[in-house]
Amino acid sequence: MEEVRLIEVKQDIHADNERAANELRERLVAKKTFLLNLMSSPGAGKTSTILKTIDALRGELDIGVIEADIDSMVDAEKVAAEGVSAVQLRTGGFCHLDAAMVAKGLDGLDLDALDVVIIENVGNLVCPAEFDTGAVRNAMILSVPEGDDKPLKYPLMFTVCDVLLVNKIDYLELSDFDIEAMRERVLRLNPKIRIFEISAKTGQGVDEWSAWLSGEARGFVAG
Amino acid sequence: MHELQVTERILDIALKHAAGHNVTKIVRIGLKIGELSDLEDEWIQRYFDYLSAGTLAEKAELAIERAPIVLGCQACNNSFEIRREQLRSPECPECGETQCRLISGREYLVKNIEVM
Repeated sequence: MEEVRLIEVKQDIHADNERAANELRERLVAKKTFLLNLMSSPGAGKTSTILKTIDALRGELDIGVIEADIDSMVDAEKVAAEGVSAVQLRTGGFCHLDAAMVAKGLDGLDLDALDVVIIENVGNLVCPAEFDTGAVRNAMILSVPEGDDKPLKYPLMFTVCDVLLVNKIDYLELSDFDIEAMRERVLRLNPKIRIFEISAKTGQGVDEWSAWLSGEARGFVAG
Repeated sequence: MHELQVTERILDIALKHAAGHNVTKIVRIGLKIGELSDLEDEWIQRYFDYLSAGTLAEKAELAIERAPIVLGCQACNNSFEIRREQLRSPECPECGETQCRLISGREYLVKNIEVM
């Protein structure tokens, strides 16, 4: 009878990704390019928010975009049509982006000409929260029609983000979304998160959010 | 939803550590996964059974230990464990503060493997 032996492993499953993410951040420091990871559910308004943000910062910051789509080019085409440098990553069914995929996306952009790159992550509030993309800051969008209970259902996502954009705020009065209850739920999970109420449709709040992004990007470049 | 990718990593790590130890079979893989993970034990095992077919780890049992969610109080620096359901309204048991930061609960660790 063969004996069962125990071999100690103690290896982090995400260690390879975390190493890749840290290498990516070093590369960004050298290139003086700020990387923002933007996450949300499908349909919360990632693409339109990115376009409004680029518009608001035009002439101040040059912004490129990495688009992640499971199997289409719709978002990248929309962004490129606005004259923005964009790279499309087709994740082929993957539910999130990891640092290796983002590094590949950055290879397709001229980082010397860009101050900021925004990653439009796969629309999903679960998986992207678990993977470090190599970004300097994480932001998420929660749109009013999704409901104020999302922080209760997807706590990890709200925990890992530096910024929450509450989008489609122009729709607030027509909905039963309780913004104060949502705020309290989010701050309990993450007391340091910055919350901006915006509408990518009307432009409401976009300047305040863009000013925050610009400040963070400048701070990063200045070291 | 990314069970497949995580399970692939578990299998890779187990096979890599078995190599060079004169292993004929991996019978058990000890994992430590944080309570904040949405991965379900049953599904990780199912994916694992599928991926490991024909390898040294075929039919290995995944022994999953859940690591608790630990929060740190922003006011008094006390650290304390909570259950997942309590995340919606955490409160420091020492001082009653409700603003707390996450210390651990996101682990994904292969602890050890049992081999023959």
